[in-house]
Amino acid sequence: MSTKKFMYLNRRAPYGSVYALESLEVVLIAAAFDQDVSLSFIDDGVYQLVEGQNPEGIGMKNFSKTFHALGDYDINQFYVSAESLEERGLSLDDLMPLVWEDEDDDWAEKPSIKVVSNVELTKILSEQDVCLSF
Amino acid sequence: MLHTVNKSSFERNSLKSCLNAIDDTSVILLIEDGVISAANNENSSMLAGLATEGRVFALQEDVDARGISSKVADNIKLVDYAGFVDLVEEYGTTVSWV
Amino acid sequence: MADILGAEVDEEGFLVDLKDWTKEIAVEMAKGDDIDLSEEHWDVINFLRDYFEEYQIAPAVRVLTKAIGKQFGKEKGNSKYLYSLFPYGPGKQGCRFAGLPKPTGCI
Repeated sequence: MSTKKFMYLNRRAPYGSVYALESLEVVLIAAAFDQDVSLSFIDDGVYQLVEGQNPEGIGMKNFSKTFHALGDYDINQFYVSAESLEERGLSLDDLMPLVWEDEDDDWAEKPSIKVVSNVELTKILSEQDVCLSF
Repeated sequence: MLHTVNKSSFERNSLKSCLNAIDDTSVILLIEDGVISAANNENSSMLAGLATEGRVFALQEDVDARGISSKVADNIKLVDYAGFVDLVEEYGTTVSWV
Repeated sequence: MADILGAEVDEEGFLVDLKDWTKEIAVEMAKGDDIDLSEEHWDVINFLRDYFEEYQIAPAVRVLTKAIGKQFGKEKGNSKYLYSLFPYGPGKQGCRFAGLPKPTGCI
């Protein structure tokens, strides 16, 4: 099977609807198929990556913790819209410090999140074979 | 009246509609994704006036869930579920802007 | 609904509520599969529980294999070793003994 470029486009805030969790489930299932996977976060989707989430009080699973596992699934390209962060008064410092270990570089820990402009994001999107939107 | 808004103002116009319909004695409670409007961003300014009058509340549990408790805009008051019940009791009629 | 030592399980034998889990339940589940839990089994079961606590998911088998090798020695970091402990699959059987839900993407 040839490798294709898969992009998961996340536009919804977590917890208020099921989109964010569903996206993550699909990403994990698809991870078994050894494709080139990247995730992008635009609009309220950027709230999925905010550090310090605690949904215990609303009786939901804290699935933000699962993003920390994705590096081990070779999913380490997280593109976050700079404009969406800006509109929401957020910056990279407000997001979880997601990292992956680079096998080819003595397991050095490298950041997974990349803040990109909408222009850059447009270019990244145009390079994909498959784009799934949540 | 108590008006509850449960959608993000970045995604839906329910907060805007609510603000157009609210009278001088009513208050707003932000719940679920509605709390995003409280998180000191471009849209929180819509609430600034009412917040100064002490008429904007946000549900603590939903704020905590989204990791935005340090971002809550000035004058927006946090209430827990018990506080939610108190508001319902105090204001009688509730309008849900779903 | 079926149960194991009073804890409710689904039709595939997975705990319905992971808070119900005890070591005795794991031992009982293993007995049902003709397995006597050894030190090596517990290493994997405890690893799975810690992993779930940290990431809220059960690891995929290839992630589990790599991590077990890293933590317990290279000779254990392969699926042959893990299948020798859990013949029905380290993901499916291991997670069941550990009281976790069936791993995502595991058929």
